[in-house]
Amino acid sequence: MRSFTYARAGSAADAVGRAGATGMAFVAGGTNLLDLMKADVLRPEGLVDISRLPLDRIEETADGGLRLGALARNADTAYDDRVQTRYPMLSMAILAGASAQLRNMATNGGNLLQRTRCYYFYDTATPCNKREPGSGCGAIGGVNRIHAILGASDRCIAVHPSDLCVALAALDAVVQVTGPEGERSIPFAEFHRLPGDRPEIDTTLQPGDLVTSIDLPAKGFAEHSTYLKIRDRASYAFALVSVAAGLEMDGGTVREARLALGGVAHKPWRDPEAEAALVGKPATPDSFRAAARVLLRDAKGHEHNSFKIDLAERAIVRALTDAAERKGAPRP
Amino acid sequence: MIAIPSIPGFLKEPNGPIGKPVNRVDGRKKVTGDAHYAAEFTLPDLAHGFIVSSAIARGRITRIDTAAALALPGVIHVFTHENRPSLAWFDRKWKDDDAPKGAPFRPLYDAEIHHALQPVALVIAESFELARYAARLVHIEYEAAPHQTDLRANRANSFTPGKDKGGFQPPPKPRGNPEQAFLDSPVQVDSEFTQAAEYHNPMEMHATTVLHHDDGTLTVHDKTQGAQNCHTYVCNVFGLAKSAVRVMSPFVGGAFGSGLRPQHQLFMAMLAATQLKRSVRVELSRPQMFSFGHRPETIQRVALGADRDGTLRALIHEAVQESSQHENYVEVVVNWSGQQYACDNVRLDYTLTRLDVHTPLDQRAPGAATGVPALEIAMDELAVKLGMDPLELRLKNYAETDPNTGNPFSSKELRACFRHGAERFGWARRNPAPRSMREGRELIGWGMAAGVWDAMQGQAAAKAVLGVDGKLVVSSATADIGTGTYTVMTQIAADGLGLPVEEVTFCLGDSSLPTAPIEGGSWTVSTVGSAVKAVCDRVRSQLVTLAGKLDDSPLKGVAEEDILFADGHLIVRDDRSRRLSITDVMRGSGTLSIEEEARALPYLLARARHTFATHSAVFVEVRVDEDLGTIRVARVVSAIAAGRIINPKTARSQIQGAVVWGIGMGLEEEAFTDHRLGRVMNHDYAEYHVPVNADVPEIDVLFVEEHDDMVNALGAKGVGEIGIVGVPAAIANAIHHATGVRVRDFPITLDKVLAGLR
Repeated sequence: MRSFTYARAGSAADAVGRAGATGMAFVAGGTNLLDLMKADVLRPEGLVDISRLPLDRIEETADGGLRLGALARNADTAYDDRVQTRYPMLSMAILAGASAQLRNMATNGGNLLQRTRCYYFYDTATPCNKREPGSGCGAIGGVNRIHAILGASDRCIAVHPSDLCVALAALDAVVQVTGPEGERSIPFAEFHRLPGDRPEIDTTLQPGDLVTSIDLPAKGFAEHSTYLKIRDRASYAFALVSVAAGLEMDGGTVREARLALGGVAHKPWRDPEAEAALVGKPATPDSFRAAARVLLRDAKGHEHNSFKIDLAERAIVRALTDAAERKGAPRP
Repeated sequence: MIAIPSIPGFLKEPNGPIGKPVNRVDGRKKVTGDAHYAAEFTLPDLAHGFIVSSAIARGRITRIDTAAALALPGVIHVFTHENRPSLAWFDRKWKDDDAPKGAPFRPLYDAEIHHALQPVALVIAESFELARYAARLVHIEYEAAPHQTDLRANRANSFTPGKDKGGFQPPPKPRGNPEQAFLDSPVQVDSEFTQAAEYHNPMEMHATTVLHHDDGTLTVHDKTQGAQNCHTYVCNVFGLAKSAVRVMSPFVGGAFGSGLRPQHQLFMAMLAATQLKRSVRVELSRPQMFSFGHRPETIQRVALGADRDGTLRALIHEAVQESSQHENYVEVVVNWSGQQYACDNVRLDYTLTRLDVHTPLDQRAPGAATGVPALEIAMDELAVKLGMDPLELRLKNYAETDPNTGNPFSSKELRACFRHGAERFGWARRNPAPRSMREGRELIGWGMAAGVWDAMQGQAAAKAVLGVDGKLVVSSATADIGTGTYTVMTQIAADGLGLPVEEVTFCLGDSSLPTAPIEGGSWTVSTVGSAVKAVCDRVRSQLVTLAGKLDDSPLKGVAEEDILFADGHLIVRDDRSRRLSITDVMRGSGTLSIEEEARALPYLLARARHTFATHSAVFVEVRVDEDLGTIRVARVVSAIAAGRIINPKTARSQIQGAVVWGIGMGLEEEAFTDHRLGRVMNHDYAEYHVPVNADVPEIDVLFVEEHDDMVNALGAKGVGEIGIVGVPAAIANAIHHATGVRVRDFPITLDKVLAGLR
């Protein structure tokens, strides 16, 4: 692989200071970055190792929520008692992703920043606007079974591969960041971005920004929630479509709904109109289907992935049904 | 009259190791890391190679600039077509034992690009990481030419190949009047099937380490299924004396056919080692494992006509497959359809279409794994139309003799497979109506299919050395790709001389050993096992002779056939108190060691007059989510008839592994080609899906009794391929039974089921 500099950050401020220079990247678990460097897809000039910073705790917050350290491992997060009890959809989402070995290494912050699994992004002999801006999109008109049906652009139809992020989106998590300009909070919906005409940029982070934690609000929809992942094999595959669903029920009526989709867009997909369409409705397949159709109203398929539109509707109905019936077992 | 060959010494000692579930003799080495693979050998001063792969599918290289790569400290050399040495001229020098008709691919031969990922340069550096980095700095300019990689778009340009590859016969001539018989049949099925291209994807990637010794000789550690095949190839291509090169492959981390031909990493490592006079290692990356050899994409038509009682009247099976521009890879696909069922009106057609791809390559049950599932789904469709149990339909049309040739089978216990498999599975409780079983949201389906594979045998030699300490070393240049060759050969040898398996060592994977053919096609037990048995029979005769000459020998005057070999002793059959230990015989006669070599041939006369085949019946339960279309295989019973099973433990592993792959074929495996780029895009383990543990249910394997005294002296047929053959069809049939949706395109992904459920 290409030569690169390596420095171990002594503190968060030190990390931010070192990473401000061009071509620098943070490394923690390394489960995605190092693969991409070996494949010559990413070519950082230097790595700032943040893995030893004290950002690996999971703690209560003042408002009754939970703060997930950016460096807490995915596995430790998924198996944390508080996460399992209060945010079961999050635990389910993490455990639906990757493999046990990867979850043991991968950090929560790194999970947010993993890159797409688009074939063309990985193959440096092919065009990809995300890897090499201006080179074109290989997936449009190419092989696109795993690609986006929502929010794509004519420059990029890649999807974000995370499971964890889909649950975080549904839960209205907040990403805490420290950067050259100080600390700030980014609502989850604003953390990832759509490809538009700059598909090479996945998030709203600025150079030098370090994710320090992900804060979960108190409301975890523990009573009525689930994470449903549909994929081409039973494990170790990215989602064709995934659904994080949380409901607050009033008898048989929906009082509040959260619905986020994975595998369908450049970011975890939420649609306030679809959620609003559920409020006050009876928890029936018909209501769920109507909401799904709102969410999918602008969905557009490509040669190999049009099935995802129908599949997403079915998945939404199933996930909401399970959530309403509290099928999402809190403990895996 | 059928010639019954005389079979000397057929299982003299029924309590010997043959047929016992002996643990893998190499198991300890494997689990302790003591088994070394091709990329794990080293010498000081080892150089590392990394291959540059073509970015285009067809055209030519107009410029290669290696300056940036060579400028890196530690980069030793970059080989390209512009600076390669002159090598063998004639195609025949580049041929190997598995080469089909045509001109073999020559790496770095000229500027022409024939297929995507074609190796176009080799960077040699002091470390692997440096070589890989430098490979990216090799600047190549191409002049692209139009390419064709889409079989469907090009199928009209197909041609009928001849006998273009060993092991495969062209289809037999049509019999009867299949077209008219089909039209006249009251019940008809006429369906088209597609099989996606699949890559072998063994865990161990192809690698070669060439160790360059001070005297100029080379030891080549290669990932191969034929050390001698590669030895001949490198000697021919590089003009080396046979004695100057030794090819070793004692351990192979899976191959499935991908190691049957010398692959380009072998050429590359040899090129660098001979030119630089250094030890060199070249290992392919996972994406580069998609740069050679695959199960070809196939489009098939099966038309069946039957009477209302299920009697088959017409059977038409047509298949078109892809091959490369430069070789005619054939696996014929359709022939088993003419063999499996009794039918008087049959037409089997097989054609090839040339595409701008690398030459396909035998992959577990080549041809049968593609063609038999099409036939077996069509049979299921016919059963549904007839309102007949699919198993009954197969029994109704059971072929007692081979309809393709009119010859009898040497043995065929397929009926027993049907009976025992059905019983174990509980088939009799099946409600034939689709969508008749469910549990919660899951629709449950039961499907079955039959399978068939050839029981081939080649020629092989083996050497045996029996020491005065009673330890036996037997060797032959075959391979063990995880199949259990070490173990079963050890058992056969131990059985032959009545020794405990611990006293026997079997050596393989070394070109300097007695001749053995490439290891594939399920023929190794038959081919090499027969040689091992033959050589042990010779040692046995020597021991009997020596024993008879000893003073006061209790065996004096006893004929060889009246002597048993057991527990390390020679024992008089009718008076077991009369015995001598092997070590006493050798010490007493002053013999330090007995060395013998023997060659075994197939029973040619019997083979000319019989059909030799293994058979299977596969029963599968699937669960399909009614709303989401997700499919899981819940239960598999595979009943196998393969003659004598030398080791039920390793044989069961073979069948289980093949069933796992059958699940992959049925539901998951597919190389996605971007036809604009002419390139497979899902070239890694993340996106090219093979089954994971969570996809694999309990697999129940049964071996039915099958006595065969014509197949070889062991009565064993080999089990490497038969396990996969029926599985994809049984899954497809089970999915139909569960959902009423008939999918004829493999793999059956959830979207194909959803399209039918809508």
